[in-house]
Amino acid sequence: MNAVYILWKRELLRYFRSRARLAGSLGQPLLFLVALGFGLGPVFQKAGQGNYFEFLAPGVVSMGILFTGIFAGIQVIWDRQFGFLKETLVAPVTRFEIVLGKTLGGATVAFLQGLIVLILTLLIGVKVHSWTLFPFALVAMFLIAVFFTALGITIASLFEDMQGFQLVMNFVVQPTFFLSGALFPLTGLPNFLKIITEVDPLTYGVDAVRGALINQGHFPLSTDIGVMFILSIVVLVIGSYLFSKVEV
Amino acid sequence: MDKIIEVKNLIKKFKDFKAVDDVTFEVEKGDIFAFLGPNGAGKTTTIKMLTTLLKPTAGEILLDNINVIKHPENARKNFGIVFQDQSLDDELTALENMEFHAVLYGVGKNLREKRIEELLNYVELWDRRKSLVKTFSGGMKRRLEIARGLLHHPKILFLDEPTSGLDPQTRNYIWDYIAKLNKKEDITVFFTTHYIEEAEKYSKTIAIMDHGKIIAKESPQKLKEQTKTDSLEAAFLALTGNNIRDEDANGIDQLRNHRKMWRGH
Ligand SMILES: Nc1ncnc2c1ncn2[C@@H]1O[C@H](COP(=O)(O)OP(=O)(O)OP(=O)(O)O)[C@@H](O)[C@H]1O
Ligand SMILES: [Mg+2]
Repeated sequence: MNAVYILWKRELLRYFRSRARLAGSLGQPLLFLVALGFGLGPVFQKAGQGNYFEFLAPGVVSMGILFTGIFAGIQVIWDRQFGFLKETLVAPVTRFEIVLGKTLGGATVAFLQGLIVLILTLLIGVKVHSWTLFPFALVAMFLIAVFFTALGITIASLFEDMQGFQLVMNFVVQPTFFLSGALFPLTGLPNFLKIITEVDPLTYGVDAVRGALINQGHFPLSTDIGVMFILSIVVLVIGSYLFSKVEV
Repeated sequence: MDKIIEVKNLIKKFKDFKAVDDVTFEVEKGDIFAFLGPNGAGKTTTIKMLTTLLKPTAGEILLDNINVIKHPENARKNFGIVFQDQSLDDELTALENMEFHAVLYGVGKNLREKRIEELLNYVELWDRRKSLVKTFSGGMKRRLEIARGLLHHPKILFLDEPTSGLDPQTRNYIWDYIAKLNKKEDITVFFTTHYIEEAEKYSKTIAIMDHGKIIAKESPQKLKEQTKTDSLEAAFLALTGNNIRDEDANGIDQLRNHRKMWRGH
């Protein structure tokens, strides 16, 4: 477990050293929050759906986490290119420990980014529905972070350079975000879109945050959290397997 | 004598180019084993296979009787390595790089602190321990890589051109440390170098690789006798010829042409 700790610590040291990264990944969620939250708010209200800004807040929080989490994959590719990956791979620790340590490190960073966005939305005016449920929102945020960080790392283990990875990421990240319930309610969707949202892991993460934060969940909270938890374990296991195949 | 490294019929192909071509050799426990050869001979590729970083196309490797291909996780407990190319985290300090390594290799806290201070002092980086590695010169980075590689004391130490880019004073100084470690703790040292005098001075056994094959394996003394030369460098040149080798991996085709040229067919 010491190995997991030191891998986790490295990610945090690097994160706190690069303030550019911190600021950079806050921009996009805030842009969405302002443009869509205030821009579409009136339409949403007229349609009788309530406060769009509040509805959107869990979506942009999740967005911040998704993008930062996936970024951990880019880190793996950099490590490969700058040679540091070798140092980790020859160490006498299991590949599961490596993937777990990197994931927890990246996920902590992603969670912190999400937390900053969350605090900003609370400051702008989102009201917490129930402080007893609030901790579950944090749990859900952490699970989103773990799942997508592990996914980024797993996919990165298959690529040697940035181009290939970035291409796949565009095909994964954008659809995952836009086709989840981050931006729109899950009720009354056309059938094909309903099916897509239901196989999109982010749907459950966003729904959990939304359920716990403003009590507007679509699925039961336990379903959401259960799905995210199981998916996280599955990706961690696949990631460890793929990492054992990595050659440098 | 016990064998600590046993390699049988090891082959590594990149596409249809054989970088390591059916190599068989053994290293005895406690040896300081110099693995010499011109650029592109296949030394690093061999070391990468011995240290689980590359999967061989064929062949068998035992490190202290553990099958490296079947049980990489167990094999990794037996060795340490200093890589030919950079493997530090530039965004961390020297101290953090050392700590990362020590924890990953399970060196306990007290021993860790003692060794980190001792080694950083030895390579004269203690005063710079809190600087980010990206602010270091090439030689400082190299010294840090070596210090890090010596942190845990494994059964086998692989050193791939450990002293490249270092000035002669530092090279001697570092080799003294390695030789002491070999003597005191019976650590087997497997190293490559292009400074032939290092091999002459410190190694007990020398293997010479060329075009992916091992063409000689003797004590330095015997190698000179066999080639009727009076320095190891002359022996090396007698065995590997005077042609200059392709230094980087730029295209298999070009490589093949070069190989044709050298071999005359
Ligand atoms: N990943 C790779 N893909 C294709 N060819 C490779 C790869 N790695 C090494 N080679 C080729 O294998 C041959 C052996 O390379 P290697 O790095 O083992 O040489 P070396 O003996 O360590 O040389 P040097 O003294 O220059 O470090 C070279 O011709 C090199 O171009
Ligand atoms: Mg080499």
